[in-house]
Amino acid sequence: MDIRIEHLTKSYGVQKAVDDISFTVRPGEILGFLGPNGAGKTTTMKIITNYLEPDSGDVLIGGQSVRDGRMKRYIGYLPEHNPLYPEMNVIDFLTWCAQVQDVPAHLIGTRIREMVRLCGLEREKHKKIGELSKGYRQRVGLAQAMIHDPEVLILDEPTTGLDPNQIVEIRALIRQLGQQKTVILSTHILPEVEATCDRILIINRGRIVADGTPQTLRKQAQGHQVLHIRLEEADPDEAVKAIMALPTVAGVDLLHVEECRLEVQSKPETTSNRAIFDLCKQRGWALVEMVPHETRLEDIFRNLTMN
Amino acid sequence: MNKAWIIAKRELNAWFDSLVAYIVIVAFLAFSGIFTWLAGADIFLRQQADLSVFFGVARWTLFFFIPAITMRLIAEEKRSGTIELVLTKNVTDRDFVLGKFLASLLMVSIVLACTLPYYFTVSILGPIDHGATIAGYFGLLLLSAAYIGIGLFASSLSNNQIVAFLLALFISIFFQFLFDVFADSTSGIIARLFDMLSAMRHYDSIARGVLDSKDLIYFLSLCFVGLVLTEWRVKQRR
Ligand SMILES: Nc1ncnc2c1ncn2[C@@H]1O[C@H](COP(=O)(O)OP(=O)(O)OP(=O)(O)O)[C@@H](O)[C@H]1O
Ligand SMILES: [Mg+2]
Repeated sequence: MDIRIEHLTKSYGVQKAVDDISFTVRPGEILGFLGPNGAGKTTTMKIITNYLEPDSGDVLIGGQSVRDGRMKRYIGYLPEHNPLYPEMNVIDFLTWCAQVQDVPAHLIGTRIREMVRLCGLEREKHKKIGELSKGYRQRVGLAQAMIHDPEVLILDEPTTGLDPNQIVEIRALIRQLGQQKTVILSTHILPEVEATCDRILIINRGRIVADGTPQTLRKQAQGHQVLHIRLEEADPDEAVKAIMALPTVAGVDLLHVEECRLEVQSKPETTSNRAIFDLCKQRGWALVEMVPHETRLEDIFRNLTMN
Repeated sequence: MNKAWIIAKRELNAWFDSLVAYIVIVAFLAFSGIFTWLAGADIFLRQQADLSVFFGVARWTLFFFIPAITMRLIAEEKRSGTIELVLTKNVTDRDFVLGKFLASLLMVSIVLACTLPYYFTVSILGPIDHGATIAGYFGLLLLSAAYIGIGLFASSLSNNQIVAFLLALFISIFFQFLFDVFADSTSGIIARLFDMLSAMRHYDSIARGVLDSKDLIYFLSLCFVGLVLTEWRVKQRR
């Protein structure tokens, strides 16, 4: 089932938390939902899961509005603060979640075993939730979200508090689920987005500021080629001047004088690799390094969300 | 309805697991027992094999105990955030409120069932009016349903259990006691209106063994209004 978000707006008092957001997520797609603190990610997710009602706009899941609550059965949701009943033990809690989510009685046992295995809860499954460490509580949160094998998964910062091993496993799990399901996950860990998501949506102050694959975002942010090079047997100042004189080069920065490291920005739609190589040969400089520089996701994020 | 039952069952399990159930039952028995059997106008003085003393006491015991039972049911879910967990599952706001109501009504029924030995004891002591006893218990259940409605509404108003408890007492005391006083100190149509609102009057008429539809409607509508307001309050989050 796809998720279609149409002109969603939600205010708390005078403050607009979500301001006219529209986007679509298809089955088999994992959408990374990014944005600085207070951008409106959690609010959007609460609207998708029908906990909150939008002031205007709508969310359609498989073409049906979520407003009447009937689509909730197709959604698995991990809330941001992962609220759980501390006095229940893990198995009882998951059983209860399965019943509430209409898992047929004869399948409940199998589903719970599956979740315990997937989320690594084997050793802790008879403990009370209140006695679990934060990471294990997070795993219980993930297990309850997936217990009814939902078509749509909404995960608000799913990997917070997990240890590195579990992070790798959970990311792999999300990737695998994402092949058939529709997944939206929010996170502040940018490498996580690169590792798990097919698509990135960045919002800032309730508005969408970027939408696309990591590659397309990079391209948009950069617009032109940037090379980092290192020369030996060359005079840095002379090198800067000579490279600057090349027809395709728009700008040169001296990054490190002793090591003679330079950053070369090409003019739009051109590349300078060949010209630099030829220049070095002609001048007798040794070109020991030449790497294309990728804008880091962190920088893209920063540029889009700092104002 | 099925969902309401799943919610209620979880609540009842938690109640028994946490020992609160046993504390409430023992405290209720002790409280109503002392006043019924020992203090003041006790059963032995009356020289009559009936439970009217117990019913008079139980009405007040319930007045304090029901807010204590209902106070956490919604306030605590709001405080800890678990209300978001429940309401984003395949559960409607109405199922949620009905589940809480069902759980409280069952808790009160269990507590009241624990007072049945009083009934057996008295029936050994002398000939007891079984009809009046059944009517008395039935009246207590109706009264409880109404106070649970009030209690749940109070619980939905706050994130703090103590505030919810005091609010429930504050609202209930009008029905328990104050409307009755107002009725006595006014006259004419105003007095009749207060009379109509007083839970005490309606309870007394049921306890006498007269099952009037007016009394039934009174308690059920009080309960209904409480639950409707609670659902409305739960929806307010949106
Ligand atoms: N219940 C509420 N009442 C009033 N304002 C709220 C409420 N919930 C959120 N807000 C405000 O709405 C805005 C968006 O909040 P939201 O929780 O959606 O941000 P977020 O993107 O999830 O941030 P974070 O990365 O910190 O989790 C914030 O400015 C926040 O203060
Ligand atoms: Mg958030």
